[in-house]
Amino acid sequence: MRSVALKRHHRAAPMLLLVVLLAAITGVAAVAQTQTAQATTDTVSASDVEEGQKLFAANCATCHGLDAQGQTGVAPSLVGVGAAAVHFQVGTGRMPMQSSGPQAPAKPVQFTEEQISQLAAWVATLGPGPSIPTAEMVDPELGDAANGMALFRTNCAMCHGSIGGGGALTGGKYAPSLMQTTPEHIYEAMLTGPQSMPVFNEANITPEGKRDIIAFLVAQREGYPGGSGLGAIGPVAEGLWGWLLGLGLIVGITVWIGARSS
Amino acid sequence: MTIDSHKGQETGANGESFENPGLPDHRPRRADVDPKAAKRAERQVVALFTLSVLGTILAVVAYFVFRPGETVESIRYANLFLGLGIFLAMMGIGLGAIHWAKTLMRDHEMVEERHELRSSDETRAAAVEMLKAGAKDSGVGIGRRGLLKGSVIGAMLLAPLALLVPYVGNLGGDWNVSKFKHTMWKKGTRLARDPDGTPIKASDVTIGSVFHVIPEGLNDLPHHELMVEKSKAVVLLVRLNPADLKVQPGREDWSFDGIVAYSKICTHVGCPVALYEQQTHHLLCPCHQSTFDVADGAKVVFGPAKRPLPQLPITVDDEGYIVAQDDFNEPIGPSFWERLK
Amino acid sequence: MTTTVTPPPANPRLAKVAGGTANWVDDRTNIGGFVKFFSRKLFPDHWSFMLGEVALYSFIVLLLSGVILTAFFVPSMEETHYEGAFASMHGVAMTKAFESTLYMSFDVPGGLLMRQIHHWAALIFTASIVTHMARIFFTGAFRKPREINWLVGFTLMLLSLAAGFTGYSLPDDVLSGNGLRIIDGVIKSIPFFGSYISYGLFGGEFPGVHLIPRMFTAHILLIPALILGLVAVHLFLVFLHKHTQYPGGGRTDKNVVGLPLFPVYTAKAGGFFFVVFGVIALLGALFQINPVWNYGPYDPSPVSAGTQPDWYMLFIDGALRAQPGWLFGLPFEWEIGGYTLSWNILIPAVILPGLFFTFLALYPWIEAWATGDRGERHVLDRPRNVPVRTGIGVALITFYVILVLEGSNDIVANLFHLSINDLTLLFRVLIFVGPVVAFIVTRRLCLGLQRKDRELVLHGHESGRIVRHENGEYIEVHTPLTEQERWVRVSYESIKPIEIEPEYNDRGVRRKGYKWDRFKQRLSRWYYEERIDPVTPEELRAAQEHGHH
Repeated sequence: MRSVALKRHHRAAPMLLLVVLLAAITGVAAVAQTQTAQATTDTVSASDVEEGQKLFAANCATCHGLDAQGQTGVAPSLVGVGAAAVHFQVGTGRMPMQSSGPQAPAKPVQFTEEQISQLAAWVATLGPGPSIPTAEMVDPELGDAANGMALFRTNCAMCHGSIGGGGALTGGKYAPSLMQTTPEHIYEAMLTGPQSMPVFNEANITPEGKRDIIAFLVAQREGYPGGSGLGAIGPVAEGLWGWLLGLGLIVGITVWIGARSS
Repeated sequence: MTIDSHKGQETGANGESFENPGLPDHRPRRADVDPKAAKRAERQVVALFTLSVLGTILAVVAYFVFRPGETVESIRYANLFLGLGIFLAMMGIGLGAIHWAKTLMRDHEMVEERHELRSSDETRAAAVEMLKAGAKDSGVGIGRRGLLKGSVIGAMLLAPLALLVPYVGNLGGDWNVSKFKHTMWKKGTRLARDPDGTPIKASDVTIGSVFHVIPEGLNDLPHHELMVEKSKAVVLLVRLNPADLKVQPGREDWSFDGIVAYSKICTHVGCPVALYEQQTHHLLCPCHQSTFDVADGAKVVFGPAKRPLPQLPITVDDEGYIVAQDDFNEPIGPSFWERLK
Repeated sequence: MTTTVTPPPANPRLAKVAGGTANWVDDRTNIGGFVKFFSRKLFPDHWSFMLGEVALYSFIVLLLSGVILTAFFVPSMEETHYEGAFASMHGVAMTKAFESTLYMSFDVPGGLLMRQIHHWAALIFTASIVTHMARIFFTGAFRKPREINWLVGFTLMLLSLAAGFTGYSLPDDVLSGNGLRIIDGVIKSIPFFGSYISYGLFGGEFPGVHLIPRMFTAHILLIPALILGLVAVHLFLVFLHKHTQYPGGGRTDKNVVGLPLFPVYTAKAGGFFFVVFGVIALLGALFQINPVWNYGPYDPSPVSAGTQPDWYMLFIDGALRAQPGWLFGLPFEWEIGGYTLSWNILIPAVILPGLFFTFLALYPWIEAWATGDRGERHVLDRPRNVPVRTGIGVALITFYVILVLEGSNDIVANLFHLSINDLTLLFRVLIFVGPVVAFIVTRRLCLGLQRKDRELVLHGHESGRIVRHENGEYIEVHTPLTEQERWVRVSYESIKPIEIEPEYNDRGVRRKGYKWDRFKQRLSRWYYEERIDPVTPEELRAAQEHGHH
């Protein structure tokens, strides 16, 4: 079709545009970094509890009330949620929430590890609840990844994706990616059932089962056997890249084949 | 407006038309006029073919050197280097051949006339004559011996049935589609954890939790039977605050202290409805986003499903374990024509 | 009668051997005739003509890689346990189909690469078929005499979907297994026969033990055999009809302008096979695809977020998602006399694809009704010169893409922080509104481009040179188009709506077949009433007299 008017763009423009498009999509598909804090599980003292109460009054009472009894429609009661819940929510930056709602996204953590322990210590005194797991309870080396996968795919994959890449819930809510979550926070989330997540108490998934799940999730961080994981999204990403990169490259070469040689 | 197809011209209102200007002038390529450019092109083509050979060597060497082992990394390297070798081996040949064609092979366009596709009138007439002659030779002619023609057509149309009926008939085994209507749940069957099969106590089920449930005894079945039964029998067990639970009329004793059990198989097209949102008490099916409200009889609140999830009537036995009172009162899962019959 | 092949002069020994061999073969096969017919066949040179080749070559890659996979895959649903290298699956119970897939991925060197090449090739195969089909549609290459080939190609497209679906379901993993469950649900919804079709296909209740072996036979024998046979017909017809060509100088409906099969296209097309193979191999080397070990062996209980089929089935998944079960209190499933009729599944999964595909298949005839009887067409249309067809094509693509997006709605929602519910509601509206808007906009764009072409022919290119006349007037100098450039823009046929015979004859008797003619005329008016005619020589002369451009 040499008779058609000469193109006004450089003949490499389509390929360049393709590369820019691919870079943009790579950026969007990349997993967001979430910052989490590691809290210690040392024994607590009375002064920790007192500090915790002060921190609570200053940062949490607006929504949860000074006695942590909660406010209907704003924030739930924290009586009986246990140190584990506080450690998870505050340690992943979910709390303090910017505004109340069903989804509490992880944000930059606002408190130091010590402060988080103190908050957790105070809330734990309000009523018996799940405590922060020990290091041994969350050690991936001690878990069985195969059993972890069996448990994960029955209980967790439907929300969090087959290897914990995250997934959508209704109404704009979502189950976040677990790729960067610490073993401790994984345990605590299962135990306390934050926000939309159901509660997986120790009778539902035993402590060993929870550790197996942690072992499975940590094993996923070793990388993908087949090459780049394309965001661990699945067939949709595969189809998109197949079209853009695969067919795009091939069609680019056909344009080169059909073009006149200089 | 018509096209005078012999000359390919457009005729305007007064019959005048632009004329086809003929083939554009041939522009010679650099390799056509400059022997140095031709030599360079040849070298480039050879380089590409050499690249292919290097790729083949890489592939063969990679096959022996990078062996997949216990680590994910070893598998990834084996995949990567063998793949890159094959990529280079193929691309080298491809790009070399194409570059050769583009730079050195003839690029003077040629013209070939098209002949009309249809056979000439004489050929068509001759063909018709031949068919007529053949019909005459067949001893039946056109319009005669109808029974003969009818019987051969009839026999040939029916003959495939001799094969098709046994073939299709064998595909379905016992063809007992009423099996769709029942599951292995019975009165007294304990609810057990999926996948390990341990029975569940009512006290294990705290508010906000969800248990994925199979019937006790499922895991003892042989594998293929297990799969079939499991695909109908999986259940979700949740505990709500009794104040939040709207008990359905006639089902007052189907739940226990806020603990309810519903079939996990979506009534749309059969995926497991597994996403339980603790705060909204909605069940979301990830396949097509049918959403069911557990607090209100698992009725459909969004999405393509029409029917609520069937409810499993449960109670607690004297050891504290949760048991079924009966099978579901309707077929689980997707609809089918005879569903209610 | 023997024919001798003229040997190249450089190497007399080689020439003698080659000539002798050729004669030996020709004595037995008349291969000389074959060589005479084929070797210097001309093919026009344009990149868009290579899209069908991409499909063909990726199919060959599928065959080659597939053969290797069949050396390791075990099409059995019998239970076994995995004892291989991959830690997360160790000791897990699974079918032999899944276990053999894991084994070939992790324990066979190059096995994972072959699986990945095979799957990437399948995605390229289906994508290139759709792209090729779109090129044929937009350039009008389906017109007489190529209607049969359009149907052959259409059937190949359907077969490619079947091949892909049966293929990715073979490993018997949770993702494809849930896909099979969905298909079973769709089949069950078919009135009267659905339960029996389901029971027959699965050999009993879902999942049964027969499905994987049956799909294996379909996937490696029945479907490839049909594809190969139809591809042979497809290529034969291309050779018989000779390839179409874009409008240009020297090209008419009565000739083919191009380069010969041997050596130019042997090198270009042959080389292109290696290019396609190379790109697919690159994808297989760099990008993981279908990691079944992450999904796990099929079990009816688990399901993961992001449960979608491969891209080419997404439009059906999207339709299933968009369909509401209830709309303003009206249910989409009816109980009639105790029998259940599931419109909520039949509409998106059976009726909608049925209508869509039937329209596509019949399109050459639909357009022929609007255009009236025409002769053979071998020169392609520029899409802008057929605004209604181009508009229909873009509308169909818009419809398809909307369904694909709805099929990915949870992925889209998760990536862009949207609500799946809002997306579904939006797409429910867009499915109807989008294609209409796309049609209108595209048609207007085509008409606009045609007007621009007219302007260009009449007035030439803007050269950017400004000239001032003595009287003070500034004008921009326009360079007139070359003959070649002009020919492309004036050589199209501007079709007028068809005329039909009057309803009543002279005696006042209504004639038979009037209603059908009337329908064709209405269709023809819709297609061709609003049109832009190409510039005629007298218009050009008038324009040149008008200004000193």
